[in-house]
Amino acid sequence: MITFKMNNLDVTAEDGWTILDTARFFGLEIPTLCYNEGLTPWGGCRLCLVEIGEAPKTKLVTACTYPAQEGLVVHTDTKRVIKTRRMMIELMLSTAPMSKEIQDLASKFGVTQQRFEPRNEECVYCGLCIRMCDEQMDARAIGFQNRGFKRKIGTPFNIQSEECRLCGACMYICPACSARCGGPNADTDICNACLTMEPTCLDEYDELQCWMYDAGRCGTCVQEKGK
Amino acid sequence: MKKYRTHLLVCAGTGCVSCNSFKIKEALEQEVQKRNLQNEVLVIATGCNGFCERGPILLVQPEGIFYQQLKVEDVPRLVEEHLLKGRPVKKLMYIPPSEKEPIPKMKDIEFFKHQRLIVLRNRGRIDPEKVEEYIAFDGYEAMAKALTKMTPEEIISEISASGLRGRGGAGFPTGKKWDVCRKEKKTPKYLICNGDEGDPGAFMDRSLLEADPHAVLEGMVIGAKAIGAEKGFIYIRHEYPLALQRMEIAILQAKEYGLLGKNILDTGFNFDIEVVQGAGAFVSGEETALIASVEGRIATPRQRPPYPAQKGYMGMPTVINNVETWGTVPNIIRRGAAWFAGLGTETSKGTKIFSLVGKINNTGLVEVPMGITLRDIVYGIGGGIPDGRKFKAVQIGGPSGGCLPSSKLDLPIDYESLTAAGSMMGSGGMIVMDEKTCMVDIAKYFLNFLRDESCGKCVSCREGTQRMWEIVKRITEGKGKQSDLALLEELATATMDASMCGLGQTAANPVLSTLRYFKREFEIHIKEKRCPAGVCLALIQYEVIPDRCTGCLACKTSCPQDAIRGTLKDVHLIDQEKCIKCGACYEACKFEAIETERDPAIRIVERAR
Repeated sequence: MITFKMNNLDVTAEDGWTILDTARFFGLEIPTLCYNEGLTPWGGCRLCLVEIGEAPKTKLVTACTYPAQEGLVVHTDTKRVIKTRRMMIELMLSTAPMSKEIQDLASKFGVTQQRFEPRNEECVYCGLCIRMCDEQMDARAIGFQNRGFKRKIGTPFNIQSEECRLCGACMYICPACSARCGGPNADTDICNACLTMEPTCLDEYDELQCWMYDAGRCGTCVQEKGK
Repeated sequence: MKKYRTHLLVCAGTGCVSCNSFKIKEALEQEVQKRNLQNEVLVIATGCNGFCERGPILLVQPEGIFYQQLKVEDVPRLVEEHLLKGRPVKKLMYIPPSEKEPIPKMKDIEFFKHQRLIVLRNRGRIDPEKVEEYIAFDGYEAMAKALTKMTPEEIISEISASGLRGRGGAGFPTGKKWDVCRKEKKTPKYLICNGDEGDPGAFMDRSLLEADPHAVLEGMVIGAKAIGAEKGFIYIRHEYPLALQRMEIAILQAKEYGLLGKNILDTGFNFDIEVVQGAGAFVSGEETALIASVEGRIATPRQRPPYPAQKGYMGMPTVINNVETWGTVPNIIRRGAAWFAGLGTETSKGTKIFSLVGKINNTGLVEVPMGITLRDIVYGIGGGIPDGRKFKAVQIGGPSGGCLPSSKLDLPIDYESLTAAGSMMGSGGMIVMDEKTCMVDIAKYFLNFLRDESCGKCVSCREGTQRMWEIVKRITEGKGKQSDLALLEELATATMDASMCGLGQTAANPVLSTLRYFKREFEIHIKEKRCPAGVCLALIQYEVIPDRCTGCLACKTSCPQDAIRGTLKDVHLIDQEKCIKCGACYEACKFEAIETERDPAIRIVERAR
């Protein structure tokens, strides 16, 4: 049993749990994109960032890959986390503006501007399809090619792979290329059709004050403070 | 053993080899033979001397005469004059840029005078392909001491007491790392030597591997004894063929002498080393990515903890250190922790190797004690900036390091002070820039490198470096917006915060440090649409200054576009429609009559006239 602090609460985790496992067990929401319970954590989308350590020496790590450790101090929704997370969504949105899942994330986390030139790659290189193909389908038909901004996903030499059984699991799990956003002008801009813009307690505090992420923008706490 | 009256030490580091030093060695041997001196004079190929700019280099011992920029044609005369008649050839000696008289002896040359050689102690004096020569200079003494007289705990406490910190850049205390690995219960344990040096303009590791491969091997055996490993890897990038070749030879020779392999020095201790060739990705220098690469997977970093010392190669405890760190270890064991701790500053002990490149008179490799100021390196050892230009900035720590301006010249170099100033120690690349360097262009250059070398796993690093590059590129093309600077800063901070490994976490440094010290230059690019250093092509215009032009036609003949009009003794004019801004006229003009950047006010007055 590992005991540590998460959002000022004492929590206990089983051996081998990550911060994300612990948070989900205790009902704390941490957003994820490249994480899937059936696959090994990858830590590529950087959405599940949490702030660990005590001021002034804190750093951001991904909850899905960081192991729960004795005496750790974790904050899941600090200003720094949310600011950085919004930037990650903005970056992913600029490469795959048509993705419904990413458009939804943008709305949910209050990303209202997209300041980069959209690229319409329909892929955010989260690697879900690759891990799905390898770990669940035991095929290893696809993999990453190149590195950095030239990174692509495909079969070896870009020809039909003998390993591929055309099972479609890669498409099933993809957050970007299969489910398109139907909102207005999604291909050129942020959709934000399902955005609820209400005051958030981040304007008042350094950290979200409630445990259910969405409730953070209900504004109750801020309104009450204003009274 | 045969004794010779004179030793001719030909530098055979990659720098000199590329200037034909092997041919010079051959010519020297032939000439010595021809003059019947083969029983008196011995020609030896050594490792890199560090003064690469002056290569090929020849050192004549025991006098210590330093010859530079040799050509094969010079060899007969050199042998006749120096070796037969005893008259050192002045013409082939080094003349400092500001003086007229040559300096005959190596130890009197500014470049060598201020250095303190510990790790590179054998550079330029032994043949790296002969283990006997290494042994003659106290080689493998430290290993014998560690294997026969010291317990693993004693080795670790000695290394800890010396204050040695990882020379790969992050500066993690080496003793602590070994201790963590030693305490792990899982076996087998592994050692890795990180020779994946990828910074542009850095060649410290290559030079050490080429000049003294046995020092690295000796350090690794000592480390193996300390943590209890039986197998080690040396990871060298394939772009270093000479280093790979010399390391293979060194391993073979060490095995032959019982210094490596089974039952080392008859102590019953076994340790084997294998050379692994990297395919040349910058990110492979990150320790978890390097381990993945050694295991045969794509070099992609993973989350730490667990650290490699707990869970590394094949999931087993692994100590991974930089080439330079391994090269330092034998010196500490041989001469004691107290001696090593006496060098350097409070938090950073010992010496550090820097590769000094860019706009500097003495380009090359230098080893200096920690705590030396930047000024001492740039103006003392480096000999200042060529062509009497002004110092503008020095970029330390490779592509993810930062640019420090002249106000930081008196900064003592150690891990902490560099980080506080917005740069980092890195592996020790040092790129000097003069006033003709555009800082926006520099930021663009390093971002271009990083976006290419990012592994692409984290969104923050892959997209972050790409988007930062796009913004900076836009600024250099004169399409920058006022809001770009704030966006750049926001994106840089997010990239730094959100990335998993050292590459992404420092990828924002080139942007943040240039923005911190040279913000004005960014603003001039954006607001006034001009490049003060005259580098960004879209923002400059070559123009003839009428007062200085003598009408010599030099620029006109050099222009590939036929864009310059004018006749002899008449002021020339550049046709801006045709000009492709190649700068050929600027180079050709001897009267400084062609300028890229002029005060806009003057230009307007001239037009009004």
